[in-house]
Formats: sequence, structure tokens, C-alpha cells
Amino acid sequence: MSSGPWRARAADNVAPVAPLRVPPGVNAVLDPVAALGRAVLERVRKSGMLALFALEAVSHLVRPPFYWRVFLSALIEIGFFSLPVVALTALFSGGVIALQSYAGFSQYHVQSAIADVVALSVTRELGPVLAGLMVAGRVGAAMSAEIGTMRVTDQIDALRTLSTHPMKYLVTPRLLAGVLALPFLVVVADILGVMGGFIVATSKLGFTPDAYISATFAGLAASDVLVGLAKAAVFGFLIALLGCYHGYTSRGGAEGVGAATTAAVVAASILLLAFDYLLTDLFFAS
Amino acid sequence: MTAAPVPKIRIRGLTKAFGPKRVLDGIDLDVPTGTSFVIIGGSGSGKSVLLRCILGLIEPDSGVIEIDGENVLTANAARREVLIERIGMLFQNGALFDSLPVWENVSFGLLAKRGRGNRITRAEARTRAATFLSQVGLDPSVGDLSPSELSGGMQKRVGLARAIASRPEILFFDEPTTGLDPIMGAVIDGLIVDCVKKLGSTAIAITHDMASARRIGDEAAMLYRGKLIWQGRAADLMDSGNPMVDQFTHGRREGPISMELRR
Repeated sequence: MSSGPWRARAADNVAPVAPLRVPPGVNAVLDPVAALGRAVLERVRKSGMLALFALEAVSHLVRPPFYWRVFLSALIEIGFFSLPVVALTALFSGGVIALQSYAGFSQYHVQSAIADVVALSVTRELGPVLAGLMVAGRVGAAMSAEIGTMRVTDQIDALRTLSTHPMKYLVTPRLLAGVLALPFLVVVADILGVMGGFIVATSKLGFTPDAYISATFAGLAASDVLVGLAKAAVFGFLIALLGCYHGYTSRGGAEGVGAATTAAVVAASILLLAFDYLLTDLFFAS
Repeated sequence: MTAAPVPKIRIRGLTKAFGPKRVLDGIDLDVPTGTSFVIIGGSGSGKSVLLRCILGLIEPDSGVIEIDGENVLTANAARREVLIERIGMLFQNGALFDSLPVWENVSFGLLAKRGRGNRITRAEARTRAATFLSQVGLDPSVGDLSPSELSGGMQKRVGLARAIASRPEILFFDEPTTGLDPIMGAVIDGLIVDCVKKLGSTAIAITHDMASARRIGDEAAMLYRGKLIWQGRAADLMDSGNPMVDQFTHGRREGPISMELRR
């Protein structure tokens, strides 16, 4: 190209530029500002890349082929193999809420509200959030590590040479699996969370089973459960998206894959809690 | 007067830089149909980047890459995909899919083309995989193993079986003998030559193993600092008359090529 030699000649003829003179002490003030600016710009750039990544992955849902085997495998990995950890977390959390509520409510003689509090806390908040955080730690990390390893061992490039779009094969089925599996896990978490409260209330706090179950159903509306499930679908999308994104963009061997895995879990956990606030504000603030 | 035959792969003025480092610096290359072409060069000389540019895995900064006279870089995405489908590749470390058994690795390309005129069933794909495994000297029972259960040499053979499974018109080999003992290296080279001849494919191999280069190649070229500094018959590699090529092929410390410890 002609621009190469031209640039070289032009550069030869230009006198070197003297470094900018700044008064002593100014750099000490400006350097942190410049560093902050760079960090903000980098964050904006990465957010844009993540948004484009998500858009492309979602667009492949309506562009065949769809890889059903990868989808089913991810669905089982998220929905089935996460069951024990989500179930145990919800069971103990329901019990803890019952105990803590009793400690507070008994001072005001409103112990009867415990069933209501357990049911609302579990279905609206704890079910989706705890299931989301558990899945982020378990599945988000695994997705990032698997796709990251594929990246640094040329397996993603190999997919391209075998007539397979890597996003379509690796990312889109996992996103759909995340969106569908998390609500299922939250249904289980809701049932076991309420059961945890029930076990503690009937065995330690003097409730009768009939009274506790009646109070639970009386205080619970369908919208409480449905909003929790909607939150779960959003969380499932975020966990799968961040796991896939950090794995897909990882660089630099084992260290890069490790860093990507950590970033995927941290980012998913923070975004999950941020979206939890936004969705709660959207559905329940009024 | 007859027109000169169109080369299978034609490259003109190909450049690629990563930041300030110019990895490919105006590559011109013709690879005639049916030729086995070897590119040699030191680590970091741009060999892998050149192959990845042709495959569309890396976007070059400028230049022309033609396959059968059609410019890959100006083709739309769908057409580019069709052109790239003509290429099979054996990756340096095999790049086998860990999550799939060997037979599914081998027939992955065949299964991926289902719904695009290829009506192969999974059972048929498994049978075809066994045939391809036999072609590279592996027992069909290997098909049920996981890639992690295979030795380096076996992984290279499975990678070769996967590369030839969709009968590509063009085959790329990225350092096919790296990490193998000399005997296994010779076995892999022999399999590569057999497969290329049987398919009638055009091949490009990149390597810094001189024995491998002479066994695989009809033609050869040397890449140094992003430029092709020599091109000739692979048989002449050890006696090219070019001081840089001679230093490289004989592994001499002293010569026109100075080892860069840091750039």
C-alpha cells in the first residue's frame, strides 16, 4: 500500500516533538484522573461488547440450526445437577427466617405472621436470589472454564473450520437452558424454603401444622410466586451470558481461563443482585 | 495462447499487524491445485497467522486472498462460509473437542452439515468415523474413547481423520509433528501424504521440522519477519543457496538471522 512508505518518509522529515512542560505537582493530580478516565472508558467498552455478544447470541435462536443436544445437556447440568445445592440452601434459609422472625416478632406478640413472612421472603426474594447465586457459583464458573479452555486450545477455531458457528453451538443453547432451568429450580427452592420454615415452626416454635399451612396460603398471592419465577428467568439469562462471555473472550492459557472464571462468577453475582433490586422496584415498589 | 491456470490459493499484498508488531508484511503467494506446499519459519514469524487469515479466523489489515479465483475477503458472510467449507485443518495440538467421544469428533463436520443437503444419521456418521479412523491407522474401537484418553500421536491421527472426513479440497496442517517423537512424526507425515494424494487435495503445511517439511512438501517457502524471503522446491530446502534459509534449515547459531530475545 502507498500509505506505508509515505508515512515513513513523512515521519523522517518531522522534527521530534518536545515533551509537554507541566508545572511540578500537576501530574500527581492528573495521573489519578487519567487512570479513572481510562478505567471508565474501558468499562463502557466492555459493556458494549457484552451487549453485542448477547444480541448476537439471542439472534441465533431464530436462525437455524439449533443444537438440541447441547441445549439438553446444559439443561440437565443447570436444572438437575444444581438441585441438591439449591434445595439444601433453600431448606436451611427457610428455617433460619422462621427462627429469626420468631425472635423479633415475639416481642410484639405477632408470631402468627411468621408463616406469612417465610412464604413471602422465600418466593419473592430468597428463592430466586439464593438459587441464582448457587447456580452462578456452580454453573457459571463451569461454563466459563469449559468455553475458556476451548478458546485457548483452539477448539473454538476448530468449530469454525467444521462448518459450525461457535456462538450458535456454544452460547445460544446455554442461554436458553439458563432461562428455562432457573425458574424450575426456584419452584423447588420455594417449596423447600417454605418447608424449612414449616419444620422449624412446628417442631420448635409451637405452631400446629394446619395453622402454619393455612397461614402460608392465606398470606401468599400468585403474583408473589410468578414474579419470583420471572426474576429467576432473568437471573438464568445473566448467569449463562456472563459465563459464556467471559469464557469466549478469555486469553492467555490457564491463567487467563482462571481469571475469566473468577470474573464470570463475580460479575454474575453483582449483576444478579443489581437486577434483583431493579425488578423488585418494578414489580413491588407500588 | 492459453491462459495460465488459476491457482487454488492466490494471495497478494497480505498484511496484518498486532499493535506496532507487523506480523505479515505484504505476502504474495500462489499455491497451484494439487500441490503440497510447506511454509517454514521460526516461532513468531507469522506462519500460523497466515493460515488463520486464509481460514477467516483472523481478519487481515489489507491484501487479497483468493480461493479458485474468488476473493474470500470481499465475499459476503454466507459465501465466505461456503469457501471456507472447502478447507480442512489439522491443528497443532489436535484441538479435539473434550466433551465428545472420538467418533463424534471425527464425524463432527459431517453431522454439522445435516439439514444442508447432507442427510447423514448419527449411526451412519459413527460408521463413517470408524472408516476414517482406520484410514489413519487407528482401531475403530478408539471411537468410543474420550480425547483425553489418547496419546499425543493418537490425538494427531484423530485430528487428521477429522480434517479429511468431509473430503476437503484444501488441507491445512499447523505444525503436524510438534511434540511427537521422530518415528511418530514420520508416521504422521506419511499419513498426511497418503491422505492428500488420496483426496487429490491442495495442502499447505507450516512447520519448523525440516525432515517433516521435506517429507510432506512439493514446494516450500520461508517466512521471516512477515515476508516470504525464499520460495522453491521442498527438496532444495537444505541447499537453497539463500543464507537465511540455509542458517535456519541447518540450525546454525551464526548467520544473517539473529535471535530476537525481546521486541
